[in-house]
Amino acid sequence: MTVLSLSGFGVTLRGRPILRDIAFDIGGGELVGLIGPNGAGKTTLMRAALGLIGSVGHSSLAALAPAQRGRAVAWLPQAREIAWPVDVQTVVSLGRMPHMSTGQRMTGADRDAVDSALEQMGLTELRQRTATRLSGGEQARVLIARTLAQETPLLMADEPIAGLDPAHQISTMETFAELARKGRSVFVSLHDLGLAVRHCTRLIVIDRGGVVADGPPRALLSPDLIRKTFGITAWFQDTPEGLVFQPLEVAT
Amino acid sequence: MLRGLAWAAALIWPWAGAHADPSPARVVSINLCTDQLAMLIADTGQLVSVSHLATDPRSSAMVEQARAYPANSGLAEEIYLMQPDLVLAGEYGANATVDMLRRLDVPVLRFEQAYSLDDVRARMIQMGEVLGRQDRAAELVDRFDARLGDFQAEIAARPRAALYYANGYTLGDKSLAGQILTRAGFDNVAADIGYEGGGVLPLELLAMNIPDAVVTGQPYPGASRSEEIMDHPVVSVLRRQSATASVTDSDWVCGTPFVLDAVSQMTDLRQSLTADRP
Amino acid sequence: MTRLGLILSLLVLALFGAALVVGPASIGPVDSIVALIGGDGGASTLVVREIRLPRAILAALIGAGLGMAGAAMQGYLRNPLADPGLIGISGASALGAVIALQTGLAVQSGIGLPLAALTGALIGVLLVLALAGPRGSSLTLILAGIAISALAGALTSLVLNLSPNPFAANEIVFWMMGSLADRSMAHVWIAFPLILAGTVMLATLTRGLDALTLGEDAAEAMGLRLNRMRMILILGTATVVAGSTAVAGAIGFIGLVVPHILRPLVGARPGRLLWASALGGAAMLLASDLAVRILLPARDLKLGVVTALVGAPLFLHLIHRTRREGL
Repeated sequence: MTVLSLSGFGVTLRGRPILRDIAFDIGGGELVGLIGPNGAGKTTLMRAALGLIGSVGHSSLAALAPAQRGRAVAWLPQAREIAWPVDVQTVVSLGRMPHMSTGQRMTGADRDAVDSALEQMGLTELRQRTATRLSGGEQARVLIARTLAQETPLLMADEPIAGLDPAHQISTMETFAELARKGRSVFVSLHDLGLAVRHCTRLIVIDRGGVVADGPPRALLSPDLIRKTFGITAWFQDTPEGLVFQPLEVAT
Repeated sequence: MLRGLAWAAALIWPWAGAHADPSPARVVSINLCTDQLAMLIADTGQLVSVSHLATDPRSSAMVEQARAYPANSGLAEEIYLMQPDLVLAGEYGANATVDMLRRLDVPVLRFEQAYSLDDVRARMIQMGEVLGRQDRAAELVDRFDARLGDFQAEIAARPRAALYYANGYTLGDKSLAGQILTRAGFDNVAADIGYEGGGVLPLELLAMNIPDAVVTGQPYPGASRSEEIMDHPVVSVLRRQSATASVTDSDWVCGTPFVLDAVSQMTDLRQSLTADRP
Repeated sequence: MTRLGLILSLLVLALFGAALVVGPASIGPVDSIVALIGGDGGASTLVVREIRLPRAILAALIGAGLGMAGAAMQGYLRNPLADPGLIGISGASALGAVIALQTGLAVQSGIGLPLAALTGALIGVLLVLALAGPRGSSLTLILAGIAISALAGALTSLVLNLSPNPFAANEIVFWMMGSLADRSMAHVWIAFPLILAGTVMLATLTRGLDALTLGEDAAEAMGLRLNRMRMILILGTATVVAGSTAVAGAIGFIGLVVPHILRPLVGARPGRLLWASALGGAAMLLASDLAVRILLPARDLKLGVVTALVGAPLFLHLIHRTRREGL
């Protein structure tokens, strides 16, 4: 089952081509990490794939009607915005909006989805708290819980673990991995190559406006790719604890 | 020093300059009411200019006569260049102009406003003295008195009337308009409620007092929210009940003999009201 | 209906009743109600039906409209300082109304006045949104508001000064501060359709405003049609403000104060705040108009004076808090 399909896909902003000739599919049960240096266009790729900005070529999500899209994909933007001092469960409940028609009240299924999302992000205790008074990390988790409550086949998140402490970074990646094991798909952009390599089932590397590598981490990573794309050297090895990746120094 | 003394004298005895020469030769009026009194009383050639309001039919009862005089807009430099030996002004307003003219040693005389028909008489006599035209003034006063006497005839029933202007403004007995009403045989509703001079009469109070006639002001061109109240349904109902719509005009504005035309107009209204009654 | 809704509704009803009973003509409460319902055509009936009733209806209508418009603007811009009066929409609408009145457009056609007020309000909203950007930062929003208010105020003054009517020139205070004194049913019929249409439009935004709590991107990805929502917001706000301003002048701060007070009571949800603010706005304007009538009955104290006395300190507090939070 394909949850996102891009082909011949490109984005031009203010007359400058940012991305071109992008083509890949994301199937069910995948945890796909989108990596690339600053300015490679990770956010642009995700927003364009969602149809939030104009693009050329085909994106299966951008082609959907707005109401359908809300049930096909949950999107977590990088800017963690909670505009009003609402409580945590209200924020998470917003994720149910695409499943409810105007004026409809939450059903039992909606409530279950919210409860389970709160549970997964360890927020059950905080559900009555005012979201805007929580710490930055807690707010990030609340917003992730909102996307979980949306219960879509695909979850797209733009740097969801930036600014979290190590424990919450790892638990968030494990939550995503768990979703993937249950058959849903997650498409995340991230800068932490160590976490990307360790948790993702597949990595898509973009640089200079195109996909430069796409595949499982083990098959994909090479000293050459790391040097060319990120301009660094790194140590990586398959260990009994799994694949370990440690950036070393800026390549000269 | 001399200038200062002259200025002080002008303050105490404003037409001190004019007093030396009993009849000033070049008189300029910058007030609508003094315009009209001066036009009525001044000798040929004595009055040099009247205010531009004197030619406005909404406020002036002497538009035709006023056209014969150059109009001024009441600005000090304009007046000064006319080289008047007396400037006539009203009781209120034009403060900056009057102060400036006095600093320039131009004698200015402020005429008090007329609040009653007796005041009208007094102003005519005063204007006669100021212009050295006592005989002409006496002649006008005699005519005024004679005509006023005609209105003193028996008044059988006194209907109740209210004056109602923009912003709900009304006038009580201590006002020229109030006196016109009373003299024409009406009871003034505002005076009954306790208004002496002018004041805002809430629409509700007007409605509760059910006057026999509501006399409103003349609407100006262009719209204003202040005047909208005169078209309020309540006022319309009250005016419909009285079956006569009456409007105050330029005869009501100043303390001149023309107020008798207003008294006459209101007397007609009263007679038509009492005649309608069973 | 929630408890809050019930309490607010009762408050509005009570204030509406008070508005029918209080006035310079001393008609007792019972007599007032009898005069309203029975109506023997006497003076009391005239007072209650033709003077107090339209005034009370207008206060409730305009208050509800402005309260809701304020809540909607704040929700959309995610900024608690957005009030149609403060950001210049009312001023622009007043300019439209004054132009219609002074050019005679309002006399030529019954819809001249509301249409001109609507045009002014629309220009005002479009200008504010264009200047403040999609997520109105406090600074740009307030600066845009100051600029638009100043320009609209100056042009309104100019039009009034050019009027051949000597009274018109002194009426800038009415247009800037607003008043319900001596309004009649004729004014209700101008305001009612506009405010009704505007509130109906704004009421459709509840879901979208809730979703916008998460930002435009997240909301749009959840299926919100942002462009459509912006259109409805612009039209709805302009329509409400036009209906209010055309008959009562620019009344400020209702859309600022009411949502601010009610926000904690609805769990800060912008959607629920819409209806609560409509009821709260009606209550606030009815109360303000009662205050105007009771405090200085003979002076035609302007409504905007009362709402500003309540609202301006709150506005200052909000600006202070906004700065502290570095928004």
